[in-house]
Amino acid sequence: MTTHPATGEALHTVSVVVNGGLRTAQVPARRLLSDFLRHDLGLTGTHVGCEHGVCGACTVLVDGAPMRSCLMFAVSAEGHEITTVEGLAARSGAAEGDLGPVQQAFIDSHGLQCGFCTPGFLTTVTAYLESNPDPTPDEAREAISGNLCRCTGYQNIVTAVCRAAELIEERGI
Amino acid sequence: MTVVDDRPATEVGSPRRRKEDARLIVGRTRWTDNLTLPGMLHLAMVRSPYAHARITSVDADAARQAPNVVAVLTGEDVKDIQGGLPCAWPITPDQKAPTHPSIAVDRVAFAGEIVAVVIARSPGEARDAAELVDVEYDELPAALELKAAAADQTLAHPDLGTNTSAVWTFDSGAAGTGGDVEAAISAARDGGIVIEREYRQQRLIPAFMEPRSFVCDPTGEQLTIWSSTQVPHFVRIFTAAVLGIPESKIRVIAPDVGGGFGGKLQFTPEEVITVLAARHTGKPCKYTETRSESLVSAHHGRDQWQKLTLAATADGHVTGLKVELLADMGAYLGLVTPGVPILGAFMFNAIYTFPAYHFTCRNVFTNKTWTDAYRGAGRPEATYAIERLMDELAVEVGVDPLEIRERNWIRHEQFPFTSVCGLEYDSGNYEAATARAKELFGYDDLRAEQARRRASNDPVQLGIGVSTFTEMCGLAPSRVLGSLSYAAGGWEAASVRMLPTGKVEVVTGTSPHGQGHETAWSQIVADRLGVPFEDVEVLHGDTQVAHKGLDTYGSRSLVVGAEAVIRAADKVIEKARVVAAHLLEASVEDIDFANGSFTVRGTDSAQAMAEVVWAAFSAHNLPDGFEPNLDSEATFDPVSFSFPHGTHLCAMEVDTETGQTTMRKYVAVDDIGTIVNPLIVHGQVHGGIVQGVAQALWEEAVYDDAGTLVSGSLVDYTIPSSADTISLTVDQTTSPSTTNTLGTKGVGEAGAIASTPAVVNAIVDAVRHLGVNDIRMPCTPERVWTAIRGASGSGGPSTAAAASHLGAGAPNHDPDSGAATQGGAQ
Repeated sequence: MTTHPATGEALHTVSVVVNGGLRTAQVPARRLLSDFLRHDLGLTGTHVGCEHGVCGACTVLVDGAPMRSCLMFAVSAEGHEITTVEGLAARSGAAEGDLGPVQQAFIDSHGLQCGFCTPGFLTTVTAYLESNPDPTPDEAREAISGNLCRCTGYQNIVTAVCRAAELIEERGI
Repeated sequence: MTVVDDRPATEVGSPRRRKEDARLIVGRTRWTDNLTLPGMLHLAMVRSPYAHARITSVDADAARQAPNVVAVLTGEDVKDIQGGLPCAWPITPDQKAPTHPSIAVDRVAFAGEIVAVVIARSPGEARDAAELVDVEYDELPAALELKAAAADQTLAHPDLGTNTSAVWTFDSGAAGTGGDVEAAISAARDGGIVIEREYRQQRLIPAFMEPRSFVCDPTGEQLTIWSSTQVPHFVRIFTAAVLGIPESKIRVIAPDVGGGFGGKLQFTPEEVITVLAARHTGKPCKYTETRSESLVSAHHGRDQWQKLTLAATADGHVTGLKVELLADMGAYLGLVTPGVPILGAFMFNAIYTFPAYHFTCRNVFTNKTWTDAYRGAGRPEATYAIERLMDELAVEVGVDPLEIRERNWIRHEQFPFTSVCGLEYDSGNYEAATARAKELFGYDDLRAEQARRRASNDPVQLGIGVSTFTEMCGLAPSRVLGSLSYAAGGWEAASVRMLPTGKVEVVTGTSPHGQGHETAWSQIVADRLGVPFEDVEVLHGDTQVAHKGLDTYGSRSLVVGAEAVIRAADKVIEKARVVAAHLLEASVEDIDFANGSFTVRGTDSAQAMAEVVWAAFSAHNLPDGFEPNLDSEATFDPVSFSFPHGTHLCAMEVDTETGQTTMRKYVAVDDIGTIVNPLIVHGQVHGGIVQGVAQALWEEAVYDDAGTLVSGSLVDYTIPSSADTISLTVDQTTSPSTTNTLGTKGVGEAGAIASTPAVVNAIVDAVRHLGVNDIRMPCTPERVWTAIRGASGSGGPSTAAAASHLGAGAPNHDPDSGAATQGGAQ
């Protein structure tokens, strides 16, 4: 452990696997995982909408499970594997430059407008479909109820969840 | 080899997947908060916890000593250079307004107002140091409740001597556009029907998902401002005007912007402060608000009391409508704050042929967050009032609510129709939209089910709500806006640039933040110029690229902004036609243009647009005197507003034992003229409907007795989640607009305007037989339950009380009136 030369604040070395690559940075204990991803690692695809765990925009996958990165400290992520929106396509096995099935489904279904909440939905839906590969529209609606969107009225996001399930089936992922 | 061309015959009307999504879906986004510039400093605001207080001292010494703090600026530090924030819409010549400092100097007028800013090397250090700024306040009495404020019981700004900012009146008799309302009401009191109601439009918060963020870089020749704004052009003009910086030295960029809904139609204290901090330090500065700051300091919306008097004949033909509003401005006048209720002034008459109309609005200051535009801005309030009243009139007459509307609405053969407000509605077909909505809804079956449930005293009752709305949007006609004392015009600008390789750049003065302009404008231009959709690049949101524009709000982008694009494209074609004629050795009059190709009429000689573009670029062989340039600009200023309309039907189930409401079915059939992209249209309608439903059922900005916003997080300000929504049925009928080339009408606000009264009408309809004729929004289970328990006697037609309670001093929504027996509507 080192200290910040100006402030004397204790710094901790955090090593995490992010989108398949090992990333290390020195951060104070209070650094949120969301700020760690955005500011320390430059992964600005993860968005911070409320910083109190309600909106879900900052959701990332921690060891494959959806987690609100604004409610987790970076030091707690030590040794864990994190997937952000930037890594979703590769995680799905899509070829370089292609999109993952959930991403493609959101485009096909017009499941995003301003796009700010979208990364949180994509990560949430990715994890959901891994354990629930064939949801009904009602189940899809329930599955995304922890993420807020102000633009779409959720209609096309529900459609996108069901479409993503079809694409995963088609691609044999 | 066969080439399969799966392109649509025309791009317009095709459900193109959005171009924007390619970057948004992979996190390749450019939100303002994503920006990091060399040497960038970070801001944290110190905000007042008091609604109204005198600032007696600000001690920032400890903050200035904190680690990595570069500077602290207080109101005292900047009072001579910060100017005052502008209001662009003084609705009357004698309108009163306090000066509006970005950093309060000696007094704060709402909880959340900024009193100091800390500038530090990291956001965390700025926030830590902000805690160390010691501000001493002398608390003053706060004007909080709107009616008490209107009565000047406590003054929000003592120096003004009153809380009334302005009173604005429209009277159809005086304007010569209709008859005398008082005469209509007097006549109706004798054998006709007079319905008097008072409705509450609760205060709402736009609650866009991206918190506002501002970056200012003072290090270049120009001051560059990145802002999560709907209105970069306004930000440029007002930064120049407020801070005395030459406009030519300011560049404003709205990069990816995460929703707005009117909430980012503003020139904000935070923008000014970020510029002040950057100029003070000489370094790039960034401020990104927290969600709690956003909810308390980004402007709010709605917040009106509506006193309504409707006169009708005994058989339900409306003879006059009188509207008396109190509108809560909050503590200050923002960019268009005073004009928001005025935008509703001409819409209370809605789709109807009312012969007489009177509107008065009193704009009132309180010590709360200031209000301003929120999706619909004035028109949802008007639509709510009239659509609630029409349901009440149907009950009085004893007919179906759709029947009462049909008796009063403008028939499709009457278009173009000049309303009692003097506005000319260009096109519409209320009969067609309503017929389609009834069919999709299964109206008759649901009415039958409702009757069965009533007969069997089912504890869960069914109600059907109707909302047949229209709105004036496409905020535009500069002359009309000028006649309403709005400071700016309403035109929109565009340019079309033909690149040598045949690609096309479209520059638009609109500034999208989720609406898909890049896609829709590409579709329009692809058709117009006969080029592939993919070959069109739409540029926007940077005053150095799109130097001229009036931005995005009021459902104006398609009907005004895209029309400018079309006209610029047509100018390109006309220039190219001259070149084509030259190359084809024909006369210009004989040249036809279609599908991207110029042909000589009656021959098979042709020149593709790309060939003509190259010829203009190389300039080797052009007609004598022809300027080698096909690029064109256009500025479009329409002569009229856009008047979309629609019929929305909602079925709500109400558990009479708990007050719980559940949406059973929702059908929206909108007539928005020609549709450019049905996918985007459905998205706009969906989102709008859910925001409007949220006003009916869930959302309210609530203040405590001390003037503190208690719904100050997304835990307390309950915007809906997916679990709160059902699958909506959305369809369209089409009456093309006659005021633009494609026949389009605005769609951005339609859903939010239409849905609120549909939901409340449905809830009231479900429990009307229990004696309820109104429930105040948001219709929480507690309010519904209380209304049912408080109801007495029959809520059916024609009780004497229903026609006279205002006279008896018992307005429906006012819990303090002491006589809220009309449906127990607290």
